[in-house]
Amino acid sequence: MKPRCVNGGRAMISLISERRTPYHGWPAGPKLLGLSLFTLAIFYMDGVPLSLTVMAAVCAAYLVGGLGFAREGLRLMRPVLVFVAMIMVWHLAVGRIPEGVVIVLRLLAAIAAANLVTLTTRMEDLLDVIQRGLARIGVPATARRRFALSIALVIRFTPVLVQKGGLLVESWRARTVKRPGWRLVLPFALMAIDDAEQTAEALKARGGLL
Amino acid sequence: MERNLTLIALFAALIAALGLVPKLTLISGVPISAQSLGIMLCGTVLGAKRGALAVLLFLALVALGLPLLAGGRGGIGVFSGVTMGYLIGFPVAAFVTGLLAQMWRDRGGFIFPAVAALIGGVIVLNVLGIIGMSIKLDKTLMEASLLATPFVPGDVLKCVLAGLITQGLLKARPGLAQA
Repeated sequence: MKPRCVNGGRAMISLISERRTPYHGWPAGPKLLGLSLFTLAIFYMDGVPLSLTVMAAVCAAYLVGGLGFAREGLRLMRPVLVFVAMIMVWHLAVGRIPEGVVIVLRLLAAIAAANLVTLTTRMEDLLDVIQRGLARIGVPATARRRFALSIALVIRFTPVLVQKGGLLVESWRARTVKRPGWRLVLPFALMAIDDAEQTAEALKARGGLL
Repeated sequence: MERNLTLIALFAALIAALGLVPKLTLISGVPISAQSLGIMLCGTVLGAKRGALAVLLFLALVALGLPLLAGGRGGIGVFSGVTMGYLIGFPVAAFVTGLLAQMWRDRGGFIFPAVAALIGGVIVLNVLGIIGMSIKLDKTLMEASLLATPFVPGDVLKCVLAGLITQGLLKARPGLAQA
Protein backbone atom coordinates (compact mmCIF):
# COMPACT_ATOMS: atom_id res chain seq x y z
CA MET A 1 0.00 0.00 0.00
CA LYS A 2 1.60 3.23 -1.08
CA PRO A 3 1.96 5.73 1.76
CA ARG A 4 -0.10 8.75 0.89
CA CYS A 5 2.56 11.22 1.86
CA VAL A 6 4.59 10.14 -1.15
CA ASN A 7 1.71 11.37 -3.26
CA GLY A 8 1.57 14.77 -1.61
CA GLY A 9 2.22 16.15 -5.03
CA ARG A 10 -0.78 14.34 -6.44
CA ALA A 11 -3.12 16.18 -4.09
CA MET A 12 -2.15 19.40 -5.81
CA ILE A 13 -3.46 18.12 -9.11
CA SER A 14 -7.02 19.25 -9.52
CA LEU A 15 -9.90 16.84 -9.81
CA ILE A 16 -10.46 17.60 -13.48
CA SER A 17 -11.01 14.46 -15.50
CA GLU A 18 -8.42 13.43 -18.03
CA ARG A 19 -11.14 12.01 -20.21
CA ARG A 20 -12.12 14.66 -22.71
CA THR A 21 -15.84 15.46 -22.74
CA PRO A 22 -17.86 18.09 -24.64
CA TYR A 23 -18.09 20.01 -21.39
CA HIS A 24 -14.31 20.46 -21.27
CA GLY A 25 -14.58 22.91 -24.14
CA TRP A 26 -17.30 25.04 -22.62
CA PRO A 27 -16.16 28.33 -21.05
CA ALA A 28 -15.97 28.32 -17.27
CA GLY A 29 -18.10 31.40 -16.61
CA PRO A 30 -21.32 30.14 -18.20
CA LYS A 31 -20.78 26.72 -16.61
CA LEU A 32 -20.62 28.29 -13.16
CA LEU A 33 -23.63 30.46 -13.86
CA GLY A 34 -25.61 27.48 -15.08
CA LEU A 35 -24.59 25.55 -11.99
CA SER A 36 -25.73 28.35 -9.65
CA LEU A 37 -29.11 28.55 -11.37
CA PHE A 38 -29.50 24.79 -11.29
CA THR A 39 -28.58 24.58 -7.60
CA LEU A 40 -31.05 27.34 -6.79
CA ALA A 41 -33.80 25.62 -8.76
CA ILE A 42 -33.15 22.31 -7.00
CA PHE A 43 -33.77 23.95 -3.67
CA TYR A 44 -37.42 24.29 -4.66
CA MET A 45 -37.63 20.78 -6.00
CA ASP A 46 -40.46 18.80 -4.47
CA GLY A 47 -42.09 15.42 -4.87
CA VAL A 48 -40.54 12.10 -5.79
CA PRO A 49 -41.37 12.07 -9.55
CA LEU A 50 -39.78 15.48 -10.19
CA SER A 51 -36.75 14.64 -8.07
CA LEU A 52 -36.24 11.37 -9.91
CA THR A 53 -36.50 13.15 -13.26
CA VAL A 54 -33.95 15.75 -12.29
CA MET A 55 -31.57 13.10 -10.97
CA ALA A 56 -31.99 11.11 -14.15
CA ALA A 57 -31.15 14.22 -16.16
CA VAL A 58 -27.97 14.70 -14.16
CA CYS A 59 -27.00 11.07 -14.72
CA ALA A 60 -27.69 11.47 -18.43
CA ALA A 61 -25.46 14.53 -18.46
CA TYR A 62 -22.64 12.40 -17.05
CA LEU A 63 -23.23 9.61 -19.54
CA VAL A 64 -22.76 12.10 -22.37
CA GLY A 65 -19.14 12.07 -21.33
CA GLY A 66 -18.94 8.32 -21.64
CA LEU A 67 -19.17 5.40 -19.25
CA GLY A 68 -15.65 5.82 -17.88
CA PHE A 69 -16.32 9.47 -17.16
CA ALA A 70 -19.60 8.59 -15.44
CA ARG A 71 -17.72 6.12 -13.25
CA GLU A 72 -15.30 8.87 -12.25
CA GLY A 73 -18.28 10.97 -11.29
CA LEU A 74 -19.56 8.14 -9.16
CA ARG A 75 -16.22 7.84 -7.39
CA LEU A 76 -16.34 11.52 -6.56
CA MET A 77 -19.72 10.98 -4.93
CA ARG A 78 -18.46 8.33 -2.56
CA PRO A 79 -18.05 10.52 0.55
CA VAL A 80 -21.70 11.55 0.30
CA LEU A 81 -22.99 7.99 0.30
CA VAL A 82 -22.46 7.67 4.05
CA PHE A 83 -24.83 10.55 4.65
CA VAL A 84 -27.29 9.17 2.12
CA ALA A 85 -27.37 5.88 4.01
CA MET A 86 -27.91 7.64 7.33
CA ILE A 87 -30.71 9.79 5.96
CA MET A 88 -32.53 6.83 4.41
CA VAL A 89 -32.20 4.78 7.60
CA TRP A 90 -33.68 7.63 9.60
CA HIS A 91 -36.55 8.15 7.23
CA LEU A 92 -37.25 4.44 7.04
CA ALA A 93 -37.32 4.31 10.83
CA VAL A 94 -39.80 7.18 11.18
CA GLY A 95 -41.81 6.04 8.17
CA ARG A 96 -41.34 9.19 6.09
CA ILE A 97 -39.83 7.55 3.06
CA PRO A 98 -40.92 9.85 0.19
CA GLU A 99 -39.60 12.84 2.12
CA GLY A 100 -36.30 11.06 2.62
CA VAL A 101 -36.06 10.19 -1.05
CA VAL A 102 -36.59 13.82 -2.07
CA ILE A 103 -33.99 15.07 0.42
CA VAL A 104 -31.46 12.53 -0.79
CA LEU A 105 -32.10 13.21 -4.48
CA ARG A 106 -31.88 16.97 -3.93
CA LEU A 107 -28.55 16.53 -2.19
CA LEU A 108 -27.17 14.14 -4.80
CA ALA A 109 -28.31 16.21 -7.77
CA ALA A 110 -26.77 19.41 -6.40
CA ILE A 111 -23.45 17.77 -5.56
CA ALA A 112 -23.30 15.78 -8.79
CA ALA A 113 -23.97 18.88 -10.89
CA ALA A 114 -21.25 20.81 -9.07
CA ASN A 115 -18.85 17.90 -9.48
CA LEU A 116 -19.61 17.88 -13.19
CA VAL A 117 -18.22 21.40 -13.41
CA THR A 118 -15.20 20.43 -11.30
CA LEU A 119 -14.51 17.39 -13.49
CA THR A 120 -14.62 19.36 -16.71
CA THR A 121 -13.07 22.73 -15.89
CA ARG A 122 -9.41 23.63 -15.59
CA MET A 123 -8.24 25.33 -12.44
CA GLU A 124 -6.66 28.10 -14.51
CA ASP A 125 -9.98 28.85 -16.19
CA LEU A 126 -11.79 28.97 -12.85
CA LEU A 127 -9.13 31.32 -11.53
CA ASP A 128 -9.63 33.56 -14.56
CA VAL A 129 -13.34 33.78 -13.85
CA ILE A 130 -12.63 34.66 -10.23
CA GLN A 131 -10.12 37.32 -11.21
CA ARG A 132 -12.51 38.86 -13.72
CA GLY A 133 -15.27 38.83 -11.13
CA LEU A 134 -13.00 40.50 -8.59
CA ALA A 135 -12.08 43.17 -11.14
CA ARG A 136 -15.72 43.76 -11.91
CA ILE A 137 -16.58 44.42 -8.27
CA GLY A 138 -13.72 46.89 -8.05
CA VAL A 139 -10.95 44.94 -6.35
CA PRO A 140 -7.70 46.78 -7.27
CA ALA A 141 -5.13 45.11 -9.49
CA THR A 142 -2.54 44.96 -6.71
CA ALA A 143 -4.90 42.97 -4.51
CA ARG A 144 -5.77 40.67 -7.41
CA ARG A 145 -2.07 40.05 -8.06
CA ARG A 146 -1.53 39.23 -4.40
CA PHE A 147 -4.41 36.79 -4.53
CA ALA A 148 -2.93 35.08 -7.58
CA LEU A 149 0.47 34.94 -5.93
CA SER A 150 -0.93 33.49 -2.72
CA ILE A 151 -2.72 30.75 -4.69
CA ALA A 152 0.55 29.90 -6.39
CA LEU A 153 2.35 29.86 -3.04
CA VAL A 154 -0.09 27.44 -1.45
CA ILE A 155 0.11 25.14 -4.45
CA ARG A 156 3.88 25.32 -4.33
CA PHE A 157 4.22 24.68 -0.63
CA THR A 158 1.60 22.09 0.26
CA PRO A 159 3.47 19.12 -1.24
CA VAL A 160 6.69 20.36 0.37
CA LEU A 161 4.97 20.48 3.76
CA VAL A 162 3.39 17.09 3.24
CA GLN A 163 6.76 15.63 2.37
CA LYS A 164 8.45 17.23 5.36
CA GLY A 165 5.60 16.06 7.55
CA GLY A 166 6.17 12.57 6.27
CA LEU A 167 9.84 12.85 7.17
CA LEU A 168 8.94 14.03 10.66
CA VAL A 169 6.69 11.03 11.06
CA GLU A 170 9.44 8.71 9.85
CA SER A 171 12.09 10.15 12.15
CA TRP A 172 9.66 9.95 15.07
CA ARG A 173 8.95 6.29 14.37
CA ALA A 174 12.67 5.60 14.13
CA ARG A 175 12.97 6.76 17.72
CA THR A 176 9.91 5.40 19.46
CA VAL A 177 7.15 2.84 19.20
CA LYS A 178 4.62 5.40 20.34
CA ARG A 179 2.28 6.62 17.64
CA PRO A 180 3.22 9.91 16.05
CA GLY A 181 0.62 12.34 17.17
CA TRP A 182 -0.03 15.83 18.25
CA ARG A 183 3.52 16.38 19.47
CA LEU A 184 4.59 16.51 15.85
CA VAL A 185 2.28 19.36 14.98
CA LEU A 186 4.44 21.91 16.78
CA PRO A 187 7.69 21.20 14.88
CA PHE A 188 5.59 20.80 11.75
CA ALA A 189 4.06 24.25 12.16
CA LEU A 190 7.46 25.73 13.02
CA MET A 191 8.81 24.39 9.73
CA ALA A 192 5.94 25.99 7.86
CA ILE A 193 6.55 29.31 9.57
CA ASP A 194 10.28 29.27 8.86
CA ASP A 195 9.56 28.40 5.23
CA ALA A 196 7.21 31.37 5.08
CA GLU A 197 9.85 33.72 6.44
CA GLN A 198 12.40 32.47 3.92
CA THR A 199 9.97 32.91 1.07
CA ALA A 200 9.13 36.42 2.25
CA GLU A 201 12.83 37.28 2.21
CA ALA A 202 13.16 35.88 -1.30
CA LEU A 203 10.17 37.91 -2.45
CA LYS A 204 11.58 41.07 -0.92
CA ALA A 205 14.91 40.41 -2.56
CA ARG A 206 13.13 40.22 -5.88
CA GLY A 207 11.60 43.63 -5.49
CA GLY A 208 8.72 42.91 -3.17
CA LEU A 209 5.06 42.67 -3.91
CA LEU A 210 4.87 46.04 -5.70
CA MET B 1 3.55 42.81 3.70
CA GLU B 2 5.45 40.03 1.97
CA ARG B 3 5.75 38.34 5.32
CA ASN B 4 2.01 38.44 5.98
CA LEU B 5 1.26 37.13 2.52
CA THR B 6 3.63 34.21 2.84
CA LEU B 7 2.44 33.43 6.37
CA ILE B 8 -1.16 33.38 5.22
CA ALA B 9 -0.25 31.16 2.28
CA LEU B 10 1.81 28.81 4.42
CA PHE B 11 -0.92 28.43 7.02
CA ALA B 12 -3.36 27.65 4.24
CA ALA B 13 -0.87 25.03 3.08
CA LEU B 14 -0.63 23.80 6.67
CA ILE B 15 -4.39 23.22 6.84
CA ALA B 16 -4.11 21.19 3.66
CA ALA B 17 -1.04 19.31 4.83
CA LEU B 18 -2.62 18.40 8.17
CA GLY B 19 -5.36 16.68 6.24
CA LEU B 20 -2.94 14.96 3.87
CA VAL B 21 -0.11 13.63 6.01
CA PRO B 22 -1.07 10.06 6.85
CA LYS B 23 -0.59 8.52 10.24
CA LEU B 24 -0.96 11.88 11.88
CA THR B 25 -3.71 10.68 14.14
CA LEU B 26 -3.93 12.99 17.07
CA ILE B 27 -4.15 10.34 19.77
CA SER B 28 -3.37 6.67 19.39
CA GLY B 29 -5.88 4.84 17.35
CA VAL B 30 -8.46 7.58 17.07
CA PRO B 31 -8.82 8.85 13.54
CA ILE B 32 -9.58 12.46 14.37
CA SER B 33 -8.81 14.70 11.46
CA ALA B 34 -6.09 17.19 12.27
CA GLN B 35 -7.47 19.60 9.72
CA SER B 36 -9.78 21.55 12.03
CA LEU B 37 -6.84 21.88 14.37
CA GLY B 38 -5.22 23.80 11.52
CA ILE B 39 -8.25 26.10 11.35
CA MET B 40 -7.95 26.81 15.08
CA LEU B 41 -4.22 27.48 14.78
CA CYS B 42 -4.84 30.01 12.02
CA GLY B 43 -6.89 31.97 14.53
CA THR B 44 -4.77 31.50 17.62
CA VAL B 45 -1.44 32.20 15.92
CA LEU B 46 -2.20 34.59 13.07
CA GLY B 47 -5.04 36.46 14.67
CA ALA B 48 -8.48 37.31 13.33
CA LYS B 49 -7.79 38.96 9.97
CA ARG B 50 -4.77 36.94 8.79
CA GLY B 51 -6.24 33.74 10.17
CA ALA B 52 -9.54 34.19 8.36
CA LEU B 53 -7.69 35.05 5.13
CA ALA B 54 -5.62 31.89 5.40
CA VAL B 55 -8.76 29.80 5.77
CA LEU B 56 -10.50 31.59 2.90
CA LEU B 57 -7.47 30.97 0.73
CA PHE B 58 -7.61 27.29 1.62
CA LEU B 59 -11.31 27.18 0.71
CA ALA B 60 -10.62 28.96 -2.57
CA LEU B 61 -8.20 26.21 -3.52
CA VAL B 62 -10.74 23.56 -2.58
CA ALA B 63 -13.33 25.32 -4.72
CA LEU B 64 -10.87 25.43 -7.61
CA GLY B 65 -10.90 21.65 -7.62
CA LEU B 66 -8.02 20.56 -5.41
CA PRO B 67 -8.82 17.56 -3.19
CA LEU B 68 -7.54 19.18 -0.01
CA LEU B 69 -10.37 18.52 2.41
CA ALA B 70 -9.87 15.66 4.83
CA GLY B 71 -10.72 12.49 2.99
CA GLY B 72 -9.45 13.86 -0.30
CA ARG B 73 -12.58 15.83 -1.03
CA GLY B 74 -12.60 18.91 -3.18
CA GLY B 75 -14.33 20.90 -5.89
CA ILE B 76 -17.34 23.17 -5.70
CA GLY B 77 -19.50 20.16 -4.91
CA VAL B 78 -18.40 20.14 -1.29
CA PHE B 79 -20.11 23.50 -0.85
CA SER B 80 -23.38 21.90 -1.91
CA GLY B 81 -22.87 19.01 0.43
CA VAL B 82 -24.06 18.24 3.92
CA THR B 83 -21.02 19.83 5.55
CA MET B 84 -21.46 23.17 3.78
CA GLY B 85 -22.31 24.89 7.07
CA TYR B 86 -18.97 23.78 8.46
CA LEU B 87 -17.11 25.04 5.40
CA ILE B 88 -18.75 28.44 5.69
CA GLY B 89 -18.03 28.25 9.40
CA PHE B 90 -14.29 27.62 8.96
CA PRO B 91 -13.26 31.21 8.22
CA VAL B 92 -15.77 32.56 10.75
CA ALA B 93 -14.34 30.19 13.38
CA ALA B 94 -10.81 31.31 12.59
CA PHE B 95 -11.89 34.96 12.81
CA VAL B 96 -13.65 34.63 16.15
CA THR B 97 -10.84 32.49 17.55
CA GLY B 98 -8.36 35.09 16.34
CA LEU B 99 -10.25 37.99 17.87
CA LEU B 100 -10.30 36.32 21.28
CA ALA B 101 -6.72 35.11 21.02
CA GLN B 102 -5.55 38.62 20.17
CA MET B 103 -7.53 40.05 23.07
CA TRP B 104 -5.92 37.62 25.49
CA ARG B 105 -2.48 37.61 23.89
CA ASP B 106 -0.69 39.23 26.77
CA ARG B 107 -1.79 36.52 29.16
CA GLY B 108 0.69 33.75 28.63
CA GLY B 109 0.01 30.07 28.94
CA PHE B 110 -2.08 27.72 26.88
CA ILE B 111 -5.49 28.11 28.51
CA PHE B 112 -6.43 31.36 26.82
CA PRO B 113 -5.70 30.28 23.24
CA ALA B 114 -7.43 26.99 24.08
CA VAL B 115 -10.57 28.80 25.24
CA ALA B 116 -10.41 31.04 22.16
CA ALA B 117 -10.25 27.91 20.03
CA LEU B 118 -13.16 26.44 21.97
CA ILE B 119 -15.43 29.42 21.47
CA GLY B 120 -14.51 29.95 17.84
CA GLY B 121 -13.49 26.53 16.62
CA VAL B 122 -16.07 24.44 18.48
CA ILE B 123 -19.06 26.54 19.50
CA VAL B 124 -19.31 28.97 16.58
CA LEU B 125 -18.23 26.37 14.04
CA ASN B 126 -20.72 23.77 15.23
CA VAL B 127 -23.56 26.29 15.37
CA LEU B 128 -22.97 27.15 11.72
CA GLY B 129 -22.38 23.51 10.80
CA ILE B 130 -25.61 22.43 12.48
CA ILE B 131 -27.59 25.18 10.77
CA GLY B 132 -26.15 24.04 7.46
CA MET B 133 -27.05 20.40 8.07
CA SER B 134 -30.52 21.36 9.21
CA ILE B 135 -31.10 23.23 5.93
CA LYS B 136 -29.52 20.60 3.69
CA LEU B 137 -31.20 17.61 5.33
CA ASP B 138 -34.51 19.36 6.01
CA LYS B 139 -34.33 18.60 9.69
CA THR B 140 -34.89 20.60 12.85
CA LEU B 141 -31.88 22.13 14.54
CA MET B 142 -32.33 19.64 17.37
CA GLU B 143 -32.15 16.70 14.99
CA ALA B 144 -29.17 18.16 13.18
CA SER B 145 -27.27 18.67 16.42
CA LEU B 146 -27.51 14.96 17.10
CA LEU B 147 -25.37 14.45 14.02
CA ALA B 148 -22.77 16.88 15.29
CA THR B 149 -22.54 15.59 18.86
CA PRO B 150 -20.21 12.59 18.37
CA PHE B 151 -17.49 14.89 17.10
CA VAL B 152 -17.54 17.35 19.96
CA PRO B 153 -15.24 15.46 22.40
CA GLY B 154 -12.60 15.23 19.69
CA ASP B 155 -13.01 18.92 18.98
CA VAL B 156 -12.54 19.84 22.63
CA LEU B 157 -9.32 17.83 22.65
CA LYS B 158 -8.18 19.77 19.59
CA CYS B 159 -8.73 23.04 21.47
CA VAL B 160 -6.37 21.95 24.21
CA LEU B 161 -3.83 20.93 21.60
CA ALA B 162 -4.28 24.24 19.80
CA GLY B 163 -3.56 26.02 23.05
CA LEU B 164 -0.43 24.00 23.73
CA ILE B 165 0.88 24.31 20.19
CA THR B 166 0.17 28.04 20.05
CA GLN B 167 1.96 28.55 23.33
CA GLY B 168 4.95 26.64 21.96
CA LEU B 169 4.93 28.47 18.64
CA LEU B 170 4.73 31.94 20.14
CA LYS B 171 7.51 31.09 22.55
CA ALA B 172 9.72 29.82 19.72
CA ARG B 173 8.88 32.68 17.35
CA PRO B 174 7.74 35.67 19.38
CA GLY B 175 7.36 38.00 16.40
CA LEU B 176 4.67 35.81 14.88
CA ALA B 177 1.74 37.48 16.53
CA GLN B 178 2.66 40.90 15.13
CA ALA B 179 0.79 41.53 11.91
